Amino acid sequence: MYKIAVLGDRDSVLAFKALGLDVFFVETEAEAKATLHRLAQQEYAVIYVTEQLSGQLQSEIAKYKEMAVPAIILIPGKTGSLGLADAALHSAVERAVGADIS
Amino acid sequence: MAGKTVNPTRMELTRLKGRLRTATRGHKLLKDKRDEMMKQFLDIVRRNRALRAKVEEGLQRANAAFTVASAVMGPEMLEQALLYPKAGVELDVGYRNIMSVNVPVYQFRTTGSQDLYPYGFAQTSGELDDALDAMNQVFHDMLELAEVEKSMQLLAQEIEKTRRRVNALEYVVIPQTQQNIRYISMKLDENERGNTTRLMKVKDMVLQDAHDYKR
Repeated sequence: MYKIAVLGDRDSVLAFKALGLDVFFVETEAEAKATLHRLAQQEYAVIYVTEQLSGQLQSEIAKYKEMAVPAIILIPGKTGSLGLADAALHSAVERAVGADIS
Repeated sequence: MAGKTVNPTRMELTRLKGRLRTATRGHKLLKDKRDEMMKQFLDIVRRNRALRAKVEEGLQRANAAFTVASAVMGPEMLEQALLYPKAGVELDVGYRNIMSVNVPVYQFRTTGSQDLYPYGFAQTSGELDDALDAMNQVFHDMLELAEVEKSMQLLAQEIEKTRRRVNALEYVVIPQTQQNIRYISMKLDENERGNTTRLMKVKDMVLQDAHDYKR
């Protein structure tokens, strides 16, 4: 049985708790990295990470990109979207097609 | 293989011809695979983009309501209200095969109570209810987004791999094998001609020896 985790700063992710997701607050970069790895090794199939945090976790997130589980998905935090998820989409398209076609 | 010498023998020629056949067939198959994958991939990208826009918009609404709730209630109260959720979510992960890429399919089950609000209404503000409502609405899309985005990532990686293979076959393996085949058949033909000439020469010599014959 898999679970869903949400990772981010307190204000951005607190509301997910009411939905029954497992919420993890992290403040520092080191803490975020450690938590992400810990979650990935546990039974979390989907880990939502705020875009604000993901900027510091790029190489960590890239590591899990090629595995089927877990899926690490960026969500906008409380300050709104930074366009990082869109950039990731573009780079994936570019990787697959060999040119940016969108 | 260019530059590396090949043995100009008939056996090698047969072997290379077989290889060329296999490579050509593999190239065609991989090209078809790549084209189909690309089609699926572009569909997924489109879906991903639409879903992402929806999710971001929904979350923004939820966050706005949540910020107001936080301002009205104060962070301590807010946390207290949300500390023990009534609902829980469990996730089943299945796999779907898209062109031999296994992509996850998520199926979620809510456990516990169906009641979204884990608090009494006396001490919380209405904005918090709105925030959770908005969250709940966007959650389905968020899960679908996770599925689509993961599929997209996995497919992108597989397409890249296939594309490299197709290119390697098309621009390296097949031309080189063709060149080697040409080289061997030239060499064999040349040997054949050399042999004929030698035989004619020998015949002349033998004839001359036998009865002073001169052409």
